[in-house]
Amino acid sequence: MTVAKAAQTDQCNLKPQGTNVTSHSVNDIEFRSVSKSYGAVTAVSDINLQVPKGAFVALLGPSGCGKTTCLRMIGGFEQPTTGDVLINGKPMNGVQAHQRPVNMVFQQYALFPHFNVEQNVSYGLRQARPKISAPEISRRVAEALEMVRLGGFGKRRIHEMSGGQQQRVALARALVNKPSVLLLDEPLAALDKKLRTAMQIELQTLQRELGITFVLVTHDQEEALSMSDLVCVMNAGRIVQLAAPQEVYDKPRDLFVADFVGKTNRMAATVEADGATLRLADGSALSIGERSALPPGAVTLALRPEAITLHRQNQSISGRLSGVVTHRIFLGSSVEYSVSVNGLGNFLITADRHVLSESSLVEPNERVVLSFNPDAAHIFPA
Amino acid sequence: MALATNTKRRMVTASLVAPAVAWLFIFLVLPFIAMLVFSVGERAPEGGYQPAFTFAQFANLPSRAAAFWNTLFLAPVGAFICLIVAYPVAYYLAVKANPRYRLLLVSLVIVPFWTSLLVRTYAWMYLLGSRGIPNLLSMVGFDDVRILNTHGAVLLGIVYGYLPLMIMPIYVSLEKLDRRLLEASADLGAKPVSTFFSITLPLSLPGVMTGLSLVTILLLGEYLIPQLLGGGKVFFIGNALVDLFLQSRNWPFGSAIAVTLVISVVFVLLIAMRIAWKIAGTRQVDLV
Repeated sequence: MTVAKAAQTDQCNLKPQGTNVTSHSVNDIEFRSVSKSYGAVTAVSDINLQVPKGAFVALLGPSGCGKTTCLRMIGGFEQPTTGDVLINGKPMNGVQAHQRPVNMVFQQYALFPHFNVEQNVSYGLRQARPKISAPEISRRVAEALEMVRLGGFGKRRIHEMSGGQQQRVALARALVNKPSVLLLDEPLAALDKKLRTAMQIELQTLQRELGITFVLVTHDQEEALSMSDLVCVMNAGRIVQLAAPQEVYDKPRDLFVADFVGKTNRMAATVEADGATLRLADGSALSIGERSALPPGAVTLALRPEAITLHRQNQSISGRLSGVVTHRIFLGSSVEYSVSVNGLGNFLITADRHVLSESSLVEPNERVVLSFNPDAAHIFPA
Repeated sequence: MALATNTKRRMVTASLVAPAVAWLFIFLVLPFIAMLVFSVGERAPEGGYQPAFTFAQFANLPSRAAAFWNTLFLAPVGAFICLIVAYPVAYYLAVKANPRYRLLLVSLVIVPFWTSLLVRTYAWMYLLGSRGIPNLLSMVGFDDVRILNTHGAVLLGIVYGYLPLMIMPIYVSLEKLDRRLLEASADLGAKPVSTFFSITLPLSLPGVMTGLSLVTILLLGEYLIPQLLGGGKVFFIGNALVDLFLQSRNWPFGSAIAVTLVISVVFVLLIAMRIAWKIAGTRQVDLV
């Protein structure tokens, strides 16, 4: 089982492009009913997950949901209490971190402070057995640094590099080993917003070009939605939803996903006996729309802020809900309003600016009417 | 207004720093100046010091070559043996020990310090003396083994007495070592042994250098251990100084020896500091 890491991954890379098509059926990473507990605390319980080759998967969830534990079990820093983790179809039970064909970009990068950039990046290659020749190592290091646009920075010391540059060094240090899977533990958390957005695009491009499977751990839903092609929403040690970003946003499986991914307005309501009418807390009735009949009982209605339209009261629209604007947050391209609706609480509404351009912005304390398409509402059991 | 607060702040700072500065000046700088003056003077006929300007005392240094040799050889060797013994202990405490018992184990290292070194060294004197270990050895057929009053006995006493001073700085530097660096090393394919020599050891070097210089410097002035365990044979500079100042009352010669010692310690320290900085790649290394 002690196959040298670099040799193993090189084989993967030597495969002609064509065979990758057939290997699509092979999952790069697979969790088979994996649980992990620390004493009495269960961090991860009974997770089943299959990550296809070449996918960009984001493990998304609040802190303590078990996403980092999952990543560390792939990296080999934790062993599952029960169940199997498979990489390239091989069970990894008892295989140490240094023997696995994966590499990780650590939170805060974990760069070696006593090495310069070049020595950091070449570290993995220098560990490989059989040995890689010195010219080959420096060629590949230069190539990796070029790839993350740090060519010429090889002799710099780590503490002389900015946060964004350190991030790239960490990326190069992992990718230079040509891993079959790259693990990223909150890689962008320490960067400022502008740099983060730039790195999101860069990471995505890099992943497409290299065709390596990326597994990203993040608590930032925007990051997960924008970069990955598969989002795995986790909560309390379990996977809640595994789907494409758009689907997670448009069709959240439950209230947790609706709340955690994007912003959501929640309303308590009751389904009437006819299965087609909702009775809201303020007593007003609402037709469910075109969906099939619901079982009568208490439900929770979830509405995205952009699914609600704001009207001035003097406009002749027979809206269902009327209220008063309490706050207005100007976001540049859009405006967020907080509207207090009688008997239903506060609503968050996002309006594109150009929609409002025919008039000035709605002022706080102004009375408004809200309307929405019932089909846009998600209905969950209360 | 701004000027007033600035002046006030400066006054406060000055009054806080003043006691320490005064203390150091009176008990360190002044005595050192006195020592410098004494070292170029002459011994008064009835003992003590009389003014003069001569380097005769320094020229006479070779007469105490044995003390210099014992000190300059046994202090670094003792410190180095301390290091060899201390590193695994510190590593165990910082990395391997169950965090729940870590504090207890660390305090076990420190507890012996609560007893006077004098008492503990006396215990060794008895253990190594003819009624101690040699006596036991003679029972199993090894006659006439002499341990007390040898270089070996002094070394043993040194390692025993100074071990905690070596363990603590190494423990601290290993304890604050970022565990993710070790994981990163393993992640990049390094075997545990390789991780130790390329990551753990270099990054704990500041602690190693601190321990080495701390123990070496204190050993250079050591008096008690060679006195008790070395008998009259293994003399340290400390013993020579006691002899010169208290017995033969040759203050100028004693001062010359002390000045030479201080200068060589400063020299050694500067070199050690340079090496530590170079290896650790930062200037965040304090040796003492």
